[in-house]
Amino acid sequence: MAQDEHKEGIKGMANPGRYGIERVAYWLMRLSGLGLLAYFIGHIYETSNILRGRVGWNEFLELTQTTEGHIVLAIVIAMCVFHTVNGIRVMLGHGGVGVGKPARPDYPYDPASQNYRHKIGIYSAIILAAIAMMYGLAVMFGE
Amino acid sequence: MAQVSDVADNQPPRTKTLRIARFNPTKDNEKQFMEFSVPVEKWTTVLETILDVKQHHDHSVGVRYSCRQATCGSCGMIINGKPRLACFTKVSELDSDVVTVEPMNNFPIIRDLAVKFERLFDTHHKIKPYLDRDDTELESDAKEFLQSPEELEQYIQFANCIKCGLCNSACPTMATDSSFVGPQALAQAYRYVADSRDKGKDSRLKIIDDSHGIWRCHFAGSCSQVCPKGVDPAMGIQLLRGYMLGFRS
Repeated sequence: MAQDEHKEGIKGMANPGRYGIERVAYWLMRLSGLGLLAYFIGHIYETSNILRGRVGWNEFLELTQTTEGHIVLAIVIAMCVFHTVNGIRVMLGHGGVGVGKPARPDYPYDPASQNYRHKIGIYSAIILAAIAMMYGLAVMFGE
Repeated sequence: MAQVSDVADNQPPRTKTLRIARFNPTKDNEKQFMEFSVPVEKWTTVLETILDVKQHHDHSVGVRYSCRQATCGSCGMIINGKPRLACFTKVSELDSDVVTVEPMNNFPIIRDLAVKFERLFDTHHKIKPYLDRDDTELESDAKEFLQSPEELEQYIQFANCIKCGLCNSACPTMATDSSFVGPQALAQAYRYVADSRDKGKDSRLKIIDDSHGIWRCHFAGSCSQVCPKGVDPAMGIQLLRGYMLGFRS
């Protein structure tokens, strides 16, 4: 056991439990960011197939026309929407918007920075991501 | 009318299981848990149960504590998975028959529940936690630096910090980044930057303007959720960013 620093490491960072919806949003933000990065790399590879000509391009596109391909794309839509909406919330927070004003705290010390505005932002991001994903699934499987 | 002592005598003694993490960095490779059955009342704190173990079962349990009234910040530890002060946490409020106590995360372990605070104090000192100006109260005609109640409100919340380290223990960035300044020091940076008597804003902002400084915070808010004094480091850090980005003057 490396006790030099006794850090929780990736496991502790990624654990979405224990600290409420804000920590869940933090975890989803990172996960969706990594997912979108992976998609971006895959997308560059995918579009590079155009160099193989029309047939090669069409062959590769058929990968996305499967059930698994549709599900992956639906997840990408959800990640994109969540990352955008939650990112706007976090950017506003980082600018000091909506994090409350300093004041003498009264027990039981509800932190003003974890206020309902930010919670609404987080739930909105999750709900909008779910709606967008369902719409994407409806379009892809409804054909 | 029944006396308090009579009522207490008639109640069967309740016990809870206290799981204590044991680890000696000079000898052990793994953290081991030892279980003890401890008597509890409605008002029994986690620290009292640990001291009960030390008194009646195993005096070698390593724990740091001092004031027993949530003021000194010595007895921070992970209690049932969350960073809390042992003297400020009643066993009854945990709503569990098993109470697990472990040393705080993101702090090197001295032994068992006691951790090293050197790094926290180093980062705290780094942000210059004092009024930075050329003159002193002794040179002022008024013999004091005057401040309005409104100016006091800007920072007094952050002056409540007791340096217990619970915020640093809960921080997800500190879980992976050994160089991150941490919410405790950043909140204290805000405390002095927002103080109207302080003149060291620029030098203090320069210290934290680093990739492992204020920009490393991702606003997960866990630091504020575990703070036992209502300091709200997450708010302080975001407001501090307002100064950095020019939204505040």
